Amino acid sequence: MTQIKEKEGFADNLPQRHRSGGFWSRLFQISTGVGIVALIALLLNITNSAFGYVATENKIDPETLAINGIPLEQLHPIDLTYILEQNVSAGFFRAQNNEKPFEERTREEIYDLVIERVVEPEAAATWSLFDSLVHKDKINAEVAEKYPNAELSFQSWINGSFLLSPQSADPERAGVRTAVLGSLWVVTITLLFAFPMGVGAAIYLEEYAGDKWFNRLIQTNINNLAGVPSIIYGILGLAIFVRGMEPITSGAFLGPVDPTTANGRTILSAGLTLGLLILPLVIINAQEAIRAVPGSLRQASFGLGATKWQTIWHHVLPNAIPGILTGTILAVSRALGETAPLVVVGASTFITFDPTSPFSKFTTLPIQIYQWTSRPQDEFRNIAAAAIIVLLIILLSLNVVAVYLRNRYSQKI
Amino acid sequence: MTENKITYAIEAADLNLYYGETLAVRDIDMQIEKQKITAMIGPSGCGKSTVLRAFNRMNDLIPSAHATGSVLYHGKDIYDEDVDPVEVRRRIGMVFQKPNPFPKSIFDNVAWGAQINGYQGNMDELVEESLRDAALWDEVKDKLDKSGLSLSGGQQQRLCIARTIAVKPDIILMDEPASALDPIATLKIEDLMHELAKEFTIIVVTHNMQQAARVSDFTAFFNLGEDHAGVLEEYDVTSNIFTNPKKKTTEDYITGRFG
Amino acid sequence: MQNSIDLRKKRRWGETLIQASLFIAGAFSILTTVGIVYELGKEAMNFFAQVSLWEYFTGADWNPQIDQFGIWALLNATLMTTFIAMLVALPIGLSISLYLSEYASHRARRTLKPILEVLAGIPTVVYGYFALTFMTPLLRGIFGRDVVDIYNTASAGIVIGILIIPMVSSMSEDALSAVPRALRAAAYGLGATKLETAVKVVLPAAISGIMAAFIVAISRAIGETMIVAVAAGAGSNFTFNPFEAAETMTGHIVRISGGDLSYDSIDYNSIFAIGLTLFFMTLSLNVISQRIVRKYREVYE
Repeated sequence: MTQIKEKEGFADNLPQRHRSGGFWSRLFQISTGVGIVALIALLLNITNSAFGYVATENKIDPETLAINGIPLEQLHPIDLTYILEQNVSAGFFRAQNNEKPFEERTREEIYDLVIERVVEPEAAATWSLFDSLVHKDKINAEVAEKYPNAELSFQSWINGSFLLSPQSADPERAGVRTAVLGSLWVVTITLLFAFPMGVGAAIYLEEYAGDKWFNRLIQTNINNLAGVPSIIYGILGLAIFVRGMEPITSGAFLGPVDPTTANGRTILSAGLTLGLLILPLVIINAQEAIRAVPGSLRQASFGLGATKWQTIWHHVLPNAIPGILTGTILAVSRALGETAPLVVVGASTFITFDPTSPFSKFTTLPIQIYQWTSRPQDEFRNIAAAAIIVLLIILLSLNVVAVYLRNRYSQKI
Repeated sequence: MTENKITYAIEAADLNLYYGETLAVRDIDMQIEKQKITAMIGPSGCGKSTVLRAFNRMNDLIPSAHATGSVLYHGKDIYDEDVDPVEVRRRIGMVFQKPNPFPKSIFDNVAWGAQINGYQGNMDELVEESLRDAALWDEVKDKLDKSGLSLSGGQQQRLCIARTIAVKPDIILMDEPASALDPIATLKIEDLMHELAKEFTIIVVTHNMQQAARVSDFTAFFNLGEDHAGVLEEYDVTSNIFTNPKKKTTEDYITGRFG
Repeated sequence: MQNSIDLRKKRRWGETLIQASLFIAGAFSILTTVGIVYELGKEAMNFFAQVSLWEYFTGADWNPQIDQFGIWALLNATLMTTFIAMLVALPIGLSISLYLSEYASHRARRTLKPILEVLAGIPTVVYGYFALTFMTPLLRGIFGRDVVDIYNTASAGIVIGILIIPMVSSMSEDALSAVPRALRAAAYGLGATKLETAVKVVLPAAISGIMAAFIVAISRAIGETMIVAVAAGAGSNFTFNPFEAAETMTGHIVRISGGDLSYDSIDYNSIFAIGLTLFFMTLSLNVISQRIVRKYREVYE
C-alpha cells in the first residue's frame, strides 16, 4: 500500500477542522435541547403547583357545631339555618334570606353556606407536588408543629368542583366555570365574525383580485396586520367597540339595559376585538388552502361552461375546506389564549354568574389565570396552575382536531 | 490497461451501490488511467452518475445510499471505516451538472475551497492561476469582486471548474458538465477538458455520445441489467468503443437504436 | 325557422353581488388599519394637546400623578426586556435552525418540530406564570435574593426569549432550507466539512432570510405583553439594572386599563399615545423584514 502524501502547499489542518466541527455540532444539539428543557420545565412547573399537600385550618371546629350529638353534616336544614343565624352578621343573614328565603333552599345549599361562612376552612399552607412526594415526613412534622389544628390532605387543585364552581374570593372554593363559559361565548362571537369575513377575503384575493395596486395594498396590509401586537387590537377594540359602538355592544339598542352592568365591556366587544385580531391569520391560512387547489380543476369547470362563482362554490371550496378549517382552528386557539387585548377591552375582574347573552360582562380563562397569578398568596398560584392545565387541555384538543383534519384530507388532492 | 506496472488513478472493485434496499448499480470493476479523460455513457437511469459520485463519496450525502465492495485510491479503499470523506473529496474534486457557484464574489468562489483546506501560498496568485487554467481569467479579471451569480451559464461552469482546480485535486469528476449549456459554451468546456487532462485525471459522465467521442481517451458504457440495476457493459479505449464495439448492446446504443 | 345563438354578454346579477361582497370582505382589512391609525391618532392628539411632544419623546420619568410623561421610562424597560430576550432567542433559535436543517436526521426533525410548535402555541399568559413562579425564583437562587427583585426585567426578558425561540428557529430554518442543495454539494465536493458547509456556505446564502427572522423577533418581543405584565413589575422605573422592577410600555397599558378607567382622562389618552408609538415601532420593523424576505426570494426563484 502506498502512503498517500500530504498535499503540497496545503497545511494539514483536518484534525483541527474536525475538532471545531464536532464542538459546534454539539453546541447546536445542546441549543436544541434547551428548547426541549424549557418546555419540560414549563410543564413540570405547572404540574408542580397544581397538585400537592394542603393544610386546612377551620375557624370553628365543625364538631363544636354539633347539636345534641348529631354531627353537622347530618343536621336538619332548620338547625343549619339556626347555626347560620347565630354565627353571621344579621345584615348578611337578611340579605341571604331576601335573595332566596331559607325555607326554599335545599339542605345542601344551606350546609355549603354554613361551611363557607361559619366553619370557614382556610388553607394555612400548601406544598408543591415535588415537596409532597419527596419531603412527606418533613411536611407532617411542620404541620404538627405550626398548625396543630390543621388537617393535612393531598389535593389535586384541578378537580370536579374546580371545573364547575364559579369565581370566588376564596381560592379553596373558586372555580373556572364562569371563565370557561366566558371563553366559549367570546370565541363563538370571534368565529362568527372572522370565519365568513376571512374566507370571503381569501376567496377575493385568490380568485378575483388581479394584480392591481389596490389588491397588492390589501395583501401587504394583511401581512402587516398579522404582525401588529395583540395589545394594539385591544386598544382599537376599546375605542371602537366599547366606546364608539356602545349602544350596540351594550345591547341598549334592543331595549333598556341595567346601566350598572357592562356598558360596552361585553362579550360582544371582546369577541369582535379578537375577531379583528385573528382575521389576518384566517385570511392567510385560507389563502394557502385555496392556492393548493390545482388550477386544472378550475379549467375543467370553466371548460364545462360554469361561471366563476359556480367554479368556486362547487370545486374550489370543497377541496380547500379542510385546509381552511385547519387554519381557522389554529387561529381560534390563538384567540382562546389571548389575554392582553381583553384586559384592555375591559374584562371583569370578578363575576360569579354565568354569562347569558352577548351583552353580558365577561371574563375568560386566560384572564382568570392572569388575575390569579397576580395575587401574592400561594393558593392562588395553585389554582392558576390548575386553570392553566384546563386551558392547555382545551388548546391541545383543538390542535389534535386540526392535525386530524389535515392528515385526514391531505391525501385527497 | 495493457501493462501491469501502470498504477491507476482510482479503481473500483466489486462495487455495488444501493439506495435503501434497492440495488442501483451492480458489480462494477473498472480502473481509471492517470491523466486521461474517461467518459461514462449509457441510457438514463443506468447509474453512471451514481458510480461517478461513488468515486469521492458524494453519495454519503444521501441518507439511504450505501456501498459494498471497494474503491481503491492510492491503494487505500476509500470506503474503509477509518477513511475521512472530507479527506477524499479534497483530493477528488467534482463539477456538477448545473453550474452552482456560491453566492459570493468571483474571487471568493475560487479562493474559498483552498482557504478552508489550509492553502499556504499566495491566494491572489492561486486565484489567477486557477482562473487562467479554467480559461476564464480574461473575461473576469476586471470584476473579481462581482458575484459569481452575475456570470453567464458557461462562465459559471468554468468558474466552478476553476474553484475545483484551486484545491489542486488529483482527479476531477464531472457530472454532465455541459448539459445545461449552449453549444458554444459546451465547446469551450470540452477544449478546457483537453487542457486539464495534462495535469489532472478526469472522469466525465455524459449523455452526449459525440462529446464522449470527441473528448475522451477511454469510454465506459453502462447499461441497465435485467434486474434493473446498472452494470458496466463495456469499457475500452474510446476509438474501440465507437468503431469496433465487442458487444451487441454497445453497438445498438452508439448507433442510436435505443437509449 | 332559424334559431340564432345569442353569445352576447348577459348581466349575471348574482355573480356581481357575490363578487362585491367578497371585495368588501377583502377590503375590510384596510379599514382595520385605518381604524388603528385613526382611533389611536385621534386620542393621541388629545394626549399631545396636554403633553408636549418634546417632553414625551425626551423625558425619562413617567408619573401621571405629577404630570410627568416621559416615554423613555417605559421605552427603556421595553428595550431592556427585548434586548435580554434577543440574547436568549437569537443564538439558540439560530442554532436550532442550523441543527434541524443541516444536522438532524429525518426522524429527529420529525420529533423536534412538533415540540417547537407546541412551545409556540402556549398562550403568553402561561409564560408569564412561568416567569414569575420559575424563572424569578431561579434567578433569585443564583444571584441572591437581595440582588434580584421579585419583579424584574431579566426574568421577563429571558422568558420572552424562550417564547420567541420557536419563531426564530422556524423562520430561519425556512431560509436555510431554501438554499439549493447544489450549493451544499459544491462545498462538500471541495472537501469542506459539515460545519464549514453549514456556516460558511449555507448560512451566508440564507443570511437575509435570517435577518428578517431576527427583525420580526425583535418586533414580537417589543409587543409582548402578558409576560411583562406578570413578571416585570408595576410602576415606571428608568433603570439599566435587569434585576430591578421596571414597567414596559405594554405592561403599563395593561395595568392602567385593568382598573376602572374613565374616558377622556389623561390616563385614558396616554394609552393611545403609547399604543401609537408601539404600533409604529413594530410596523416599521415588520415592513423592513418583509422587504428583506422579498429580496432574498428573488435570488433563488
